[in-house]
Amino acid sequence: MAAPHSDATLIVGASQAGVQLAATLRELGDTRPIVLVGDEPHAPYQRPPLSKAYLQGEITSDDLVFRTADWFAQHDVEVVTGETIAAIERHVDGGGEALTATGRRIPFARLALTTGAEPRRLDLPGIDLPGVHYLRTADDAAAIAERLATAHSLVVIGGGFIGLEVAASARKRGVAVTVLEAAPRLVGRVVSERTSAFYLDAHRRRGIDVVLDARIAGIEGTDAVSGVRLDDGTVIHADVVLVGIGVVPRTELAEQLGLEVDGGIVVDAACRTSDPTIVAAGDCALMPNPYARGSMPMVRLESVHNALEQAKVAAATLMGDPRDYRTTPWFWSDQADIKLQIAGLSTGYDATVLRGDPETERFSVLYYRAGELIAADCVNQPLDFMAVRSALARGATIPAEAAADITVPLKKSVVESAAPSLV
Amino acid sequence: MTTVIYTAFDGTETIVEGAPGVSIMETALRNGVPGIVGECGGSMSCATCHVFVSDETAAFAGEMSELEDEMLDGTAVEREECSRLSCQIKLIAGETYRVTTPSEQV
Repeated sequence: MAAPHSDATLIVGASQAGVQLAATLRELGDTRPIVLVGDEPHAPYQRPPLSKAYLQGEITSDDLVFRTADWFAQHDVEVVTGETIAAIERHVDGGGEALTATGRRIPFARLALTTGAEPRRLDLPGIDLPGVHYLRTADDAAAIAERLATAHSLVVIGGGFIGLEVAASARKRGVAVTVLEAAPRLVGRVVSERTSAFYLDAHRRRGIDVVLDARIAGIEGTDAVSGVRLDDGTVIHADVVLVGIGVVPRTELAEQLGLEVDGGIVVDAACRTSDPTIVAAGDCALMPNPYARGSMPMVRLESVHNALEQAKVAAATLMGDPRDYRTTPWFWSDQADIKLQIAGLSTGYDATVLRGDPETERFSVLYYRAGELIAADCVNQPLDFMAVRSALARGATIPAEAAADITVPLKKSVVESAAPSLV
Repeated sequence: MTTVIYTAFDGTETIVEGAPGVSIMETALRNGVPGIVGECGGSMSCATCHVFVSDETAAFAGEMSELEDEMLDGTAVEREECSRLSCQIKLIAGETYRVTTPSEQV
């Protein structure tokens, strides 16, 4: 029997990208039904504060909401929470029907995948003990906050942003914190050695123990976690363990649909998957990024900004008015009183310029490739960040020799490009 | 009643009832008021919630921090005397806030 037809847009994934996609469809004048399905039992909320203000007890889960129930009602967006899409059946005409894990059927004419990512799991003896946590969802954060309320010690496995943010938040609550990083430096996947070295010093100054090149043998404990054992036999006491070793994109549905997946759902610059009637956006999407000047490598970005911008592009594509993704990527991480803002993508840099003195905890590292500015890490230097972000957006550059001079605002050293701007 | 009156650069007015303690940026986002982006969720990292506040509003909007002041130097539309980041203005019960949003935030 043929499944019922519908003119609805089904958006799978109800976080930043999914909500923005729905909002942009409405802004573009789409009046057809929109169904936004999320597998968490909560209305859409913001994740970035979970590891920061929320864990520090500065805000509650109510503060995480970023659209009211009224907004969804007024914009005729049906939000389905606590439902996982188990299978999707396609019609020959392009539409189809989704089946949720509880047996609910959702017919659709157009499909958008904003499925996001989930924590990479660690395979270690003892990893399933109570007290070992991952952090992605509000429920994860609530469970960690509850543990931290009575904990004396936390071991963080993974010295990336999420791990360091949780480490700093727990330290602020007076918990003894040890960070174990397998690599020889912190945040090695994202920032230069100089920025990594700064974070090592800054966290140690704030009383966090950091072990680099850490080799973990297992998690200790009987009824609950009691420590983490290194392969040299050392046991680091832990009432709570947070594993933050990156995320993996959620591509199961895309795979089931036969879409091209390569460490992310492969999309073009207009967010079309290998089936051009299906779009994907956000953490799950692997897109040719115009930001690597001179080449268009496929990149998957994990950031709010990217989720919002790709969602806008995906919505325009669904409305039959495709436009290419053109925006300057940017990221931020707040750890204790250290604000890091990153503009651009530093991948493939061949030179860096240090602006300011890391000892003062106010400095920037600017990244260059073939003499052109491509990115900057700005630590407690919002003005540098704004100058670089704006220069990159206009296709302008900042000569390396001018960038190191802290007596001149970066904004004043921007050299406009003669060539037409990329964005 | 705690009220925020948002005026877009083209003059369109949106009036929203807010909740005490919630910022002008969050109030805009939750209610889908155009003209305020607020990508960083209020952590003063993006400067995409730039607003121009009325003189009356400025009187009870609170002091500007050094960081906010620096971020305002990098907004998409040049700052003015009455510029604020709307994530930094938390609503006080019973007050009426008037802000104008710039033509661009990003």
